[in-house]
Amino acid sequence: MEWLRRLLLPIDQGSEFAKHIDFMYMAILWLSIIMFLGLMIPMFYFAWAYRFKPGRVTPHQTHNTAMEVTWTVIPLLLCVGLFFWGIVGYMQFAVGPGESMEIQVTGKQWLWQFEFPDGTRAVNELHVPVNKSVHLVMTSEDVLHDFFIPDMRVKRDIVPGRYTEYWFTPLTVGEHVATCAEYCGKGHSDMKAKVFVDTAADFAKWMETGGDEWMHHTPEEWGRIQYEDKGCMSCHNVDGTKSKGPSWKGIYGSMAKLNNGATVLVDEAYLRESMMQPGAKVVEGFENIMPTFQGLLRENEIRGLVAYIKSLK
Amino acid sequence: MEHTLTTGAVIGDRPRPVKNYLNETTGLWSWMSTVDHKRIGIMYLGAVCFAFLLGGIFALLVRLSLLNPQHTLFGKHWVTAEMYNRFFTLHGAIMVFLFIIPSIPASLANFVLPMMLGAKDVAFPRLNLTSFYLWCAGATLAIGSMVIGAVDTGWTFYTPYSTTTDGAVGLMTMAVFILGFSSIFTGLNFIATTHKLRAPGMGWFDMPLFVWGIYATGVIQILATPVLAITMVLLLIERVFLIGIFDSRIGGDPVLFQHLFWFYSHPAVYIMILPGMAIISEIIPTFSRKTIFGYRAIAYSSVSLALLSFIVWGHHLFVAGESDLANVIFSALTFLVAIPSGVKMFNWLTTMYKGNISFETPMLYAMAFLFLFAIGGLTGIFFSTLAVDIHLTDTYFVVAHFHYVMMGGTVIAFLGGLHYWWPKMTGRMYSEKWGRIATALVFIGFNMTFGSQFIMGGQGMPRRYFNYLDQFQPIHAFSTYGSWVLGSGLFLTAIYLLASLKTGPLAPDNPWGGTTMEWESSSPPVVHNFEEQPVFEHEPYDYRHRTVTHV
Amino acid sequence: MSTTTVDLHQDPHGHGGEHDPHHQHHFTTMEQQFDTSKIGMWLFLVTEVLTFGGLFAGFGLMQNKYPQEFVAAHEELKRWAGTTNTVVLLISSFTAVMAVLSARTNQGKKCAMYLWVTVGFGAIFMCIKAYEYSVDFQEGLFPGKYYSHHGDLIAGSHGYATFFSFYFMMTGLHGLHVLIGMGLMSWLAIRASRGEFSDKYYTPVDLVALFWHLVDMIWIYLFPLYYLIT
Repeated sequence: MEWLRRLLLPIDQGSEFAKHIDFMYMAILWLSIIMFLGLMIPMFYFAWAYRFKPGRVTPHQTHNTAMEVTWTVIPLLLCVGLFFWGIVGYMQFAVGPGESMEIQVTGKQWLWQFEFPDGTRAVNELHVPVNKSVHLVMTSEDVLHDFFIPDMRVKRDIVPGRYTEYWFTPLTVGEHVATCAEYCGKGHSDMKAKVFVDTAADFAKWMETGGDEWMHHTPEEWGRIQYEDKGCMSCHNVDGTKSKGPSWKGIYGSMAKLNNGATVLVDEAYLRESMMQPGAKVVEGFENIMPTFQGLLRENEIRGLVAYIKSLK
Repeated sequence: MEHTLTTGAVIGDRPRPVKNYLNETTGLWSWMSTVDHKRIGIMYLGAVCFAFLLGGIFALLVRLSLLNPQHTLFGKHWVTAEMYNRFFTLHGAIMVFLFIIPSIPASLANFVLPMMLGAKDVAFPRLNLTSFYLWCAGATLAIGSMVIGAVDTGWTFYTPYSTTTDGAVGLMTMAVFILGFSSIFTGLNFIATTHKLRAPGMGWFDMPLFVWGIYATGVIQILATPVLAITMVLLLIERVFLIGIFDSRIGGDPVLFQHLFWFYSHPAVYIMILPGMAIISEIIPTFSRKTIFGYRAIAYSSVSLALLSFIVWGHHLFVAGESDLANVIFSALTFLVAIPSGVKMFNWLTTMYKGNISFETPMLYAMAFLFLFAIGGLTGIFFSTLAVDIHLTDTYFVVAHFHYVMMGGTVIAFLGGLHYWWPKMTGRMYSEKWGRIATALVFIGFNMTFGSQFIMGGQGMPRRYFNYLDQFQPIHAFSTYGSWVLGSGLFLTAIYLLASLKTGPLAPDNPWGGTTMEWESSSPPVVHNFEEQPVFEHEPYDYRHRTVTHV
Repeated sequence: MSTTTVDLHQDPHGHGGEHDPHHQHHFTTMEQQFDTSKIGMWLFLVTEVLTFGGLFAGFGLMQNKYPQEFVAAHEELKRWAGTTNTVVLLISSFTAVMAVLSARTNQGKKCAMYLWVTVGFGAIFMCIKAYEYSVDFQEGLFPGKYYSHHGDLIAGSHGYATFFSFYFMMTGLHGLHVLIGMGLMSWLAIRASRGEFSDKYYTPVDLVALFWHLVDMIWIYLFPLYYLIT
């Protein structure tokens, strides 16, 4: 019945926990199918066997205590069984194993920010080593979010002013998607992160350098990838239309009017400053809502973004 | 037009009275100032159907937005994320607060509950009219909020998004507050009516099961709705004054809002489904021409569902930051809900056993209810099992699940009840042929729209998503096509029902051979319902004294 | 169901027989009508209790969060005013009972007098409350973000503003109920002096008195909650 599981659940089973959840899901599914047929077969059979015949006399059956007790008690026992089984699975998710790597997750409209034990930070890009327990400690800077990794079958709301947490242990090297599962406004459906499960060696290397992916792209291409991955696209369009922030099209080299009345030349220095200290020079007609990317963007990423903006004519 | 009718022992072949509740007085004012529960029921029926249309249009827009991941229609990009967020918020808010909650109690039950008890009216006729006008005021505010900028919070108004977003959240919460009181007054009226206005000879366990269901609903309306009202007030005041109860920036707790909201809104689920179940308990014995099996079990299960509904709200917060202990307790309590629901299903099926079953439109809807509600109920088990809930909650699986319960349950039962009592309310028969065709369209369209969403949800498609991964495109498109089939079925229903008012043949007093008291009145009933006070003399749903023939 | 029906119902619009003008057509007897109205009122009171219950629950949670601030904030309230108001409302409940008693014993004038006295006590309550509010406002004790009081012990805490938010919400909602009760009583007093109530029909007096007792009872809970925190 693997085909049915692959149809109804994510194909990837990223962790033992995911396999466990899938097994429970399928067990409940079969139980439900049996109960559903147990209800529907009699219904259709009665509908056919006792279809209307003029003058047919119907018996006066008001109740049958033995039967009624049976169909109360049996479902009750099934439910008690499922209840305990559900708790056992839940505890694997909610209570962590002894030793785990703790990663701080911060959700904000509309991007994910990760901070590793050594202070390395990244946006919308979560690298974890394979076969090692990961402990996510999560909070929000604005509204509710929910960090959902379908392939790991884990999710939990992220609440401003509180910390929530869960654990998972990735099984195989690969790439997964994490999404926001608690409605958080306009960019809710774009609030995605990539989850990379690396070998121990790759992970150590990534922690040191932030990976070498950028070397395989032209700066413009690399900048476009950052534009999509780091959440820039939630607020900046590249087609000249106004969004929460100014469009990037054709801004490089232009004179921007600021909300304090001054004008400024949009050059590399200004773009860089706008990423690190967004509140310093806000363009007229926009609110000062952009979060700082200080420490969140690597040098190659900043250069890529500037190159990308330059290329938007 | 040809109609196949089944009649039981029609009470008297008496001639139709010249004056009935529809023509005794005429003119717009005679309706607007009426205190007759039947006229208020009819006005409510028109009002909730209007809300259903409005909410339905937003549902179609939601589905249309998701037809393809580029959000294009004929090659043109026509919808933005902001628009989509408003579509689903308005769809949810209108359907829940303006349609489903008042649908069966305020329209159908308002009309038939007093008649089933052999009463002349509800206990407080003027309060009944007040309730209707409160609904109108609430609806005006809700529609007003759409005009001045609409709400984009989702119908659940979760904080802190709802305390910080622009848009007409204030107006919408006021609307919900007022609609809450409309609902409270309706429930209060039915409880008092059931207690004090039963016909001579009718004890508690002689009442039709519909009355039991509506009575249980009334209990929830009275006990839960005030908490919603005060939650909405707190939300509004938090927005205006920043009092620091929900908004975390000033030390509030956003999860507290969810607790308060679901303390009402989970019982509200039973305000929606219990009247649906109540209708099914009427239709099945009537069309099976057999006494209901397990009368007391069904009555008690309604009351126990009403009581259980108050202690399971926490299952909406399994992943919201609730403590593990609370999760375990709420999971256990939630499983208990399955038992009374299951008991009802078994009793309905056993009622069909050895019956004499005909398949007019109401019965088709009742069977569709059993089918869809079974799916809705069984998929609920996935959520009460804690570990599986983690993966499925907040995905399309939950969207599909509650539509199977709310629409596959309540709306299907509402349609069944509407067809069942249509001859009594209007004095006209609708076209049985078109009724059956529309039922089939609704059933097929519904399963296409929402059945497919179970698959998407399991695969990890979160709800309230405007942009989605390309892999989900075929299923989203299929679901959207289903919504068109469903919509056309409902549209067809509206057409033939309205047409029947002009062209339908005159209805007999008891077209289906029902045993409950409303069928003893004329069709349509006279102003005070009965020409003589009916007296209850037999067991409820007693078919032993009936010979049944086709007409 | 039988086809035989018996007309047990005394048609109120019918022919002959004494008929009370207050008897509504859908009730068989006046007694049934009275019982039904009473059930309705009790159910309404349940919803009122739950409405206030939501606020009490919110208050409790916030008090748990800011225990010191709440104690400190309550010192700003005038305990003598709260105590006086408690006594005023208790007496008014007694006069409301006397009004019902007078109505039941066919003493219309006396009933009207007691109702007016009750309204008077309600007015005294509202005046004291208005005085309290005006002093609070002068001291900058406003709800939520408008809170501008100086010299709080725990500077910068939001607990004070939260306390006064709940204080104004709950006493404000309660005050609204007092006003509604006063309006209803005045209307009944006019009807009573016209001699509309008697031992056969005094339902409105009875129900409004019930409502007044609830308003009184809520204050009995509000008073220690706000004025006597320790």
